[in-house]
Amino acid sequence: MRLVIALPYAWLGIFFLLPFGLVLAIALGSAAPDSAPPVTLGLSLKNFALLLSDDLYVAAWLGSLRIAATSTLAALLLGYPMAYAIARADPRWRPILLMAVILPFWTSFLIRVYAWMGLLASNGLVNQFLRWSGLVGDPGTILGTEWAIHLGIVYAYLPFMVLPLYAALEKLDGGLLEAAADLGANPVVAFLTVTLPLSLPGIVAGCLLVFIPAVGEFVIPDLLGGTGTLMIGKVLWDEFFLNADWPLAAAVAVCLLLLLLGPIALFQRQQARSLERP
Amino acid sequence: MTAAAIVTLTGLAKRFGSVTAVERVDLEIRRGELFALLGGSGCGKTTLLRMIAGFETPDQGRILIDGQDMTGVPPHRRPVNMMFQSYALFPHMDVAANVGYGLRRDGLPAPEIARRVGEALKQVRLGDLGERRPAQLSGGQRQRVALARALVKRPKLLLLDEPLAALDRKLREATRFELVRLQEELGLTFVMVTHDQEEAMSMASRLAVMDKGRIEQVGPPHEVYERPASRFVADFIGIANILPLDGGRAWLALRPEKIALFAARPDTDHAEQGRIVDIAYEGDRSLYRVGLLDGSLLQVSTANTARIAAAFRRGDDVWLGWAADAGHRLDK
Amino acid sequence: MAARARFAFTVLAFGYAFLYLPIALVIVYSFNDSRLVTVWAGFSTKWWSALFANEAMLSAAWLSLRIAFVSATAAALIGLAAGYALARAPRFPGRTLFGSLVIAPMVMPEIVMGIAMLLLFVGSDSLLGGPQRGFLTIVIAHTTFAIAFVAVVVQARLADFDRSLEEAAMDLGATPWTAFLTVTLPMIAPAVASGWLLAFTLSLDDLVLTQFVAGAQSQTLPMQVYSSVRLGVDPQINALATLIVIVAVLALTTSGWLTRRRI
Repeated sequence: MRLVIALPYAWLGIFFLLPFGLVLAIALGSAAPDSAPPVTLGLSLKNFALLLSDDLYVAAWLGSLRIAATSTLAALLLGYPMAYAIARADPRWRPILLMAVILPFWTSFLIRVYAWMGLLASNGLVNQFLRWSGLVGDPGTILGTEWAIHLGIVYAYLPFMVLPLYAALEKLDGGLLEAAADLGANPVVAFLTVTLPLSLPGIVAGCLLVFIPAVGEFVIPDLLGGTGTLMIGKVLWDEFFLNADWPLAAAVAVCLLLLLLGPIALFQRQQARSLERP
Repeated sequence: MTAAAIVTLTGLAKRFGSVTAVERVDLEIRRGELFALLGGSGCGKTTLLRMIAGFETPDQGRILIDGQDMTGVPPHRRPVNMMFQSYALFPHMDVAANVGYGLRRDGLPAPEIARRVGEALKQVRLGDLGERRPAQLSGGQRQRVALARALVKRPKLLLLDEPLAALDRKLREATRFELVRLQEELGLTFVMVTHDQEEAMSMASRLAVMDKGRIEQVGPPHEVYERPASRFVADFIGIANILPLDGGRAWLALRPEKIALFAARPDTDHAEQGRIVDIAYEGDRSLYRVGLLDGSLLQVSTANTARIAAAFRRGDDVWLGWAADAGHRLDK
Repeated sequence: MAARARFAFTVLAFGYAFLYLPIALVIVYSFNDSRLVTVWAGFSTKWWSALFANEAMLSAAWLSLRIAFVSATAAALIGLAAGYALARAPRFPGRTLFGSLVIAPMVMPEIVMGIAMLLLFVGSDSLLGGPQRGFLTIVIAHTTFAIAFVAVVVQARLADFDRSLEEAAMDLGATPWTAFLTVTLPMIAPAVASGWLLAFTLSLDDLVLTQFVAGAQSQTLPMQVYSSVRLGVDPQINALATLIVIVAVLALTTSGWLTRRRI
């Protein structure tokens, strides 16, 4: 048993915990563009000071949080009815319906984002449809806007929302709703007072599973968003690969981690609780 | 250690964190007996059994099995087999493979294993179900597979953790006799854990009553019933009226069936007057609660030997009578 | 009742249309004769031929498959150990940290993990003179990322069945190791297999983490796809996407069959 614990412990310690120490160390250093690696070690907080004072970075932080939050809400509004409908479907159909939700997750993430590039282009099918239906006179180009980023996030992370919601709703005992009805609750009240509170763990888990990766998302804003969109994942990427400013990129990573520490801890606690329950 | 002892526990103690599960237990179990550990949930009986099997390591004390110190020996090297409460049948193996599992671990040749598995299955009357999976068996059949699997290695000691708890009532009663028959036929020592006093009383040759990690009393069923060692035992086994004696320093345990009801003052050694507070009709017998003049309540049971309505009704004034030797004096 | 059924049907129809229409269109347009993905210009398989003649794409795919195989296998082994420890060792020093370490990679933004792992490899390169960035570093990064997914599946599966099964095996004379091999492993094998498959898929699909640790020489399939789609829509990618969807359907069906085959 000692070996069984030691192997993953050592691996994760070396390849997961240790690197975060390094990120912190580098974030305190400064860029040295001419040396390899392009870093001088130091003990300065100027990278963090820059992140907090420069408008560009502040806008990127706020933009990431806002886009992640609204996308999460949209995914919840779409995912909850889906999960509810699947959980109430004929038991024979449930595994198939559920598998149909998971399936896109098994295809390439990149490809799924790519699919929207064609759809959202100025003469793409979405615009053709909007013009044909007459709903919008001139839809303009959706690709390159925040609309596209929202769509991409909801599309890519919807399975992560539906699965925990389904798990919570499926466990719900039908007798509870009957009891609520028996005690005088109409369906809407029964939903609000019984179903919704009991599915709260699923809602929390689903929202965290969408929100956390959405805040640090890079591929979706890069491919669907315009050059003007500011999301922190893209900023980190650009600082690292384009500007070769490793210390600043590391500082962005540290801040991103600090920002997500709350949600991540919440998610872990919930996971641990649901796994410990037999 | 007496010559007949197969298990000797001395000063055995086990704590889980701040909870004391077993507290300084000394116990001898004799060769060839069906011994029951009886107690409520959390009394330490299962922990005691698991220490004998080797799944828990005692904090203090020693475990001797057949004269050998087994205190630190891991379960797979103990000459002891266990029947689990959940049966713990391997779901991915058929019945024969389940029963033969322990023999394969001993490295016996295949024909020998097949022969002994067949024999064991015949003993528990499952001769033709060897190829079934556990999931295809009824509860009673699973119980017997678990029994066969534990018996097939001919252990010096067979441990049974709540062997009948998962069966429904009718089957449970039939299986009691079955287990006793097997134990006698094979001449093995059985140690059984149960919370069901009826089960322990009807099956065991001797039993230990446990409470809060300690053994309260060890003895044959009739002795534990008729001469309980403490108020706890008197109260735990069956129903007992406990009357204070000597100004509260001792008590008298008086079983309901040892008291008789009379309409008029009887000619018994003791007689008390009272009024019937309520009657519980249980078919074969009726249990009366009678309020005495001093305000205390006594329980009295009478066998319903005739098919006529009870002679007494609620609210009737009655007399209670019992013999001088009907009760048992308790000092603690 | 009928209104409720109609509501459920509408919700599901809309939801699944949203999930599948974009993919379906990608597949359809992989057979389009035109380069534009907005106009249907007749059936053609020319993008498929182009894909299979694309040397860079094929060698990237081969590299990705090899990386996915090795990292999924390593993640399955380590994840199995981690899941087993979490499910079967209730108390050991640093268990809370261990639990967090195992689950954390699941929710860690990839971009943060990417920069962290790159810094580790750069550091070890300057201190220990290796490993060279490429196949090995990608495998290590993907393994670290995927351990969590295997561990969670294994732990859930172990929590499903009673500890007394292993105790029964030991009671019948099996050493702890034999008990693991003859009782535990056969029962959690489907979970390990589906964990492996998940790790394989995640590795095959990963872009962000890989981009950080790959170095200059190695081009995995997602890196190749990414550099191609950055420049715009490319019907060759549609053909590749179609291929990936087919493989994913097969993989998921297998995995579903493995996990649902209750023993």
